[in-house]
Amino acid sequence: MTDAVLTGLDRFNLVLGGVQVLHDVTLRPERGVFLALCGPNGAGKSSILRALAGLVPGSTPPDPRHAAYLAQNARSAWPLTVGQIAALGRIPHGDTAQGPIDGALALCGIEGLRDARIDRISGGEARRAMLARVFATEPRMFLLDEPTADLDPAASHAILRLLRETAEHGAAVIAVLHAVELAAAYAHRIVLVDRGRVAASLPAPEALDAAAAVFGMRAGLGPRLLPLS
Amino acid sequence: MTTVTVGLACALVCAAGASLLIGDGFIGPASALILTEIRLPRTLLALLIGGALGLCGAVAQGALRNPLADPGLLGITGMAGLGAMIAFYWGFASRFAPALPLGGLGGAGLGLVCLLGAGGRSLSGPSLILAGVALSALSGALMALALTLAPNPFALAEITFWLLGGLEDRALSHVALAAPPILLGVILLLRLGPALDALALGEDTAASLGQPPARTLRHVAIGCALAAGASAAVAGGIGFVGLVVPHLLRPWVGQRPSTLLAPSLLAGALLLTLADMLVRVIPLLLPVSAAPPLGVLTALAGAPFLIAIARRMTP
Repeated sequence: MTDAVLTGLDRFNLVLGGVQVLHDVTLRPERGVFLALCGPNGAGKSSILRALAGLVPGSTPPDPRHAAYLAQNARSAWPLTVGQIAALGRIPHGDTAQGPIDGALALCGIEGLRDARIDRISGGEARRAMLARVFATEPRMFLLDEPTADLDPAASHAILRLLRETAEHGAAVIAVLHAVELAAAYAHRIVLVDRGRVAASLPAPEALDAAAAVFGMRAGLGPRLLPLS
Repeated sequence: MTTVTVGLACALVCAAGASLLIGDGFIGPASALILTEIRLPRTLLALLIGGALGLCGAVAQGALRNPLADPGLLGITGMAGLGAMIAFYWGFASRFAPALPLGGLGGAGLGLVCLLGAGGRSLSGPSLILAGVALSALSGALMALALTLAPNPFALAEITFWLLGGLEDRALSHVALAAPPILLGVILLLRLGPALDALALGEDTAASLGQPPARTLRHVAIGCALAAGASAAVAGGIGFVGLVVPHLLRPWVGQRPSTLLAPSLLAGALLLTLADMLVRVIPLLLPVSAAPPLGVLTALAGAPFLIAIARRMTP
């Protein structure tokens, strides 16, 4: 299921400072699908996400009411409260509707931190506040650059399950994820990015071997931490 | 409307009323002529300019995500001073009185063109700061050059005094000249609330929220050039108001850039009105021959405030 709101990339090329960062990247967001972008450092994952968000030269910005973007190193310049950070997600709608803000804080598990200052909570809690800002927009397309950075293992599992459920409720979720095993466990689809190209786009359960090849590693079974349920 | 805003508005009305009761020579009600020709223009200019500087400070800090930003950082104030000085230096001001403020407005306009030209279409915070610093340095150097070439010591003293900033001897014609650009700039800047909030999370996030930073910064530069430029054109360089006012307000209204705008406008107007009253009262109460220039007074009062804020800032 695709629709006009979800702008994708069609043979997209990106040259920054004389270096070709992306080559012929085609990627179409789909509603109902949680898609993980995986690949080595510097492969171009963030550039693909930024192109989808309309932030690089030559890309088209999507309607900000329907597409929300979480930057890799989102930091607040001012010591705002968690509630104020989440409320920033309503800017595209031009309102301060409390319902979506409360809902977003609850989804991200930080409703108790509403009045806490963003500079006085942990890095993982601050990351969840940034994620709540994205949810407060109530977008149809989520573009998330490492949503689980700074999160402890339990919180990572919780957020990834939330993203899968969000997709299954009809949103298109595209996230850059470093933890390939986690991506394979929760995403519907994994797009492997290597040296500025889409190397493969596979259903998540089948992606681990191809992912290992992209990283120059082998897939195996090791000790792992799993959620209780 | 928060209680802080309402409180500031009430205090401002009281201060403006009191300002009309205080003259250069005596305290108390004055004749209609003195009231309309001397006290009213001075009070109106203090309100307009103080409000403009306070608002420009809050907007500049929000847009540049820097608590040290103030309208002077963009170089507009310096360029306005240079324009006024050129009008003064070439003797236009002695033949045609409004030439001085008009020169200031011209300088501010030229500064704005340079700012926008330097940034181009992809204006960003750092590029705006760099262009502003360059403009400040350029206008400062040219003013110093003009000072060394000043025709006589008298002119030198007069230019220096004007640059210190003040509201003495301003007439209703100054109000008529400054009010339109200041009000236009204030209206433009007051509408930037959501755009400044979006910038709190960085330029990329702001763009993804539908608030492209280049557009926001362009509006900031235009609004500050109109409001702060016109202020500097009629009152010279009054510093510290734009820098201090947002810092004074943050403990009361919070950190969000948009909620700072209206209170900064009101508090700036209040602060400058009070400071200008003090300028007039000091010679009446103390055995001094002349009042300190308004710009000197705001700097003298502003510096300890900033030090107090710096001491409290440490987490």
